[in-house]
Amino acid sequence: MTTSWNRIPRVAHAAEVSLTRRGQPLPEAAHPLLAHALGRSYGDVCLNPGGTLLHTRDLDRFITFDTDTGRITAEAGLTLDDLLRFAVTRGWFVPVVPGTRFVTLGGAVANDVHGKNHHHAGSFGEHVRALTLRRSNGECLEVTPDGTPDWFAATVGGLGLTGLIETVTLQLIPVRTPWMRAWSQRFDSLDEFWELDARAEREWPYTVAWIDCLNPGPRGEVGRGIYSGARHATTAPARSRYREPRRAIPLDPPVSLVNRVTLRLFNQLYFRQSVHPTARAVHHLPWLFPLDAIRHWNRIYGYKGFYQYQCVLPPHAQKDGMQALLDTVAASGQGSFLAVLKRFGDRAGPGMLSFPRPGATLALDFPDRGNDTEHLFRRLDRIVQEAGGALYPAKDARMSPELFRSGFPRWEEFASFVDPEFSSGFWRRVTK
Amino acid sequence: MNRLQSVVILGATSAIATAVARELAEHGARLFLVARDGERLEPLLQDLRVRGDDASAMRILGTTADLADVDAHADVWAQAQEALGDNIDAVLLAWGALPDQEACNVSVATTLEAIHVNGTSAIAFLAHIAPDFEQRGRGVIAAIGSVAGDRGRQSNYVYGTAKGMLATYLQGLRNRLFFSGVDVVTIKPGFVRTPMTEGFNRAGALWAEPETVARGIVKAMRRGRDVAYLPWIWWGIMTVIRLIPEYLFKRLKL
Repeated sequence: MTTSWNRIPRVAHAAEVSLTRRGQPLPEAAHPLLAHALGRSYGDVCLNPGGTLLHTRDLDRFITFDTDTGRITAEAGLTLDDLLRFAVTRGWFVPVVPGTRFVTLGGAVANDVHGKNHHHAGSFGEHVRALTLRRSNGECLEVTPDGTPDWFAATVGGLGLTGLIETVTLQLIPVRTPWMRAWSQRFDSLDEFWELDARAEREWPYTVAWIDCLNPGPRGEVGRGIYSGARHATTAPARSRYREPRRAIPLDPPVSLVNRVTLRLFNQLYFRQSVHPTARAVHHLPWLFPLDAIRHWNRIYGYKGFYQYQCVLPPHAQKDGMQALLDTVAASGQGSFLAVLKRFGDRAGPGMLSFPRPGATLALDFPDRGNDTEHLFRRLDRIVQEAGGALYPAKDARMSPELFRSGFPRWEEFASFVDPEFSSGFWRRVTK
Repeated sequence: MNRLQSVVILGATSAIATAVARELAEHGARLFLVARDGERLEPLLQDLRVRGDDASAMRILGTTADLADVDAHADVWAQAQEALGDNIDAVLLAWGALPDQEACNVSVATTLEAIHVNGTSAIAFLAHIAPDFEQRGRGVIAAIGSVAGDRGRQSNYVYGTAKGMLATYLQGLRNRLFFSGVDVVTIKPGFVRTPMTEGFNRAGALWAEPETVARGIVKAMRRGRDVAYLPWIWWGIMTVIRLIPEYLFKRLKL
């Protein structure tokens, strides 16, 4: 059964069709269509219950690459893993990468993904120079930010609903080596986090913080964690061979391995890991994609799956709001393995439904404990909504239509660009 | 170690062959690709030229041909030699089509066609190129067989027959060309996630990605392995399956 990464919801599709070449006519279907590639988003943004999934994994060909300018055109099913491997050896890098490199160009556009360098480089869509969009009426639109700004704004962050994204032209950034200079430092409270962040963001293009959302800091409030910053290195270290460890969770454990005991223990240990306040050389793979070293890590939650909860709060509400969110999570006792806190830059994403915007974003994951989990989410929703924030569609399986509409006020404008034959579980859920 | 700097790939748009071509292009090889469908070959050539830094299309070339048409083989081979010159390092035969066993059960014509596409047409091509390799006294000839060829099973024995025939032919050819210093490699992939196997339930641990199998193929060709089960676990599985006595095997539903 095709699922998304968190394996909630489990839904049946009427048909699943593999697309193998660009220009291939879309199936004439009685059901709505939706592109699906690696299924690394969470929830139902990449699912289409009762409809047709168009598998785009085989649309993974390079089309052109200009060595001098670093501009690449490829089919939308190309993975960032493939693209990075290609680019790095030629002195180029993908300008924005999310927390996993096992996503495709099309998915990165459709969710207007962001990375640890958002404050520096903005979201993925800002680096897209062109894309082609196949509509169900057979038309193929050439979409560019300047030539067709409305279609561009609808398709970037458009959750794959404006048609099938067939090709993407992306501007890469130059790098000297595959290595980064990175440092990390513990902090005892959110106040310290904001201070650290204000100092680090100007100098370090990549920054991110992990928060221990179970164990309070020395002043009794939740919010201790580890802050890290990095930049691309200009020289490789003397011993510059790197092999990514290949570990995998081989199968589903009968019950979730994530429970109160393991969570508390994991958060303790993670907080106590060695930190490196002075910058040192780290290969880009473990720094940017720590979880990619463990294939199928989603299996630790067992067959039942888990939830992600990622929100953004606007600048005026971010400090109080983040503390309130963390306090609520801590009080519920349903901690999260990896709570990730990141301050976005001052630019909103280029898409009508782009999630990245000025403010700060917090990402949490939770095992599915049924009603308890949903009650917690409702309390978190209230904090987000009162702060004027939004939840990330790419990581959502349960937000209410009201929260979607308040978080994405341009949704009605966007709706006029949705292809009449395309839809998703997410879209039907939040527009009903 | 065999050089793989100049390689002909036949049936190049199949998922496994495509992955092999990418692996080789990324190592700077010169390639000549043959595929039936020009609409799929052209984008693949483009892809390989980007991966292989061949913007001027000097090293990565191809042509369209239906390799089931045995009469076209001489022309295809001549074009390959013209494109890559006389020092072709290796040839990989990768065309084929998984037939519907149910359809074969009720049609002699479908059965024979499946055996031709997957078996006899490949043997015809091998027979055509073998003398050239024999004369030059070096190189690798590799062909994609299947674990299905190791034992006939009700669920796909027509495909298995063709691949089994191919494997036996390759055995003989290997023996013949050994004395001229040419390696003949039989590739036996297990379950691979490709468009050919779409519609199967492909969730199990035995299913491999085409890229994984492709890396194994390139390695087997470099080393001049005789028979390569990919992934290797299939060697064990097929050994067990071959050992089951026929009077038991015929009662199984595999």
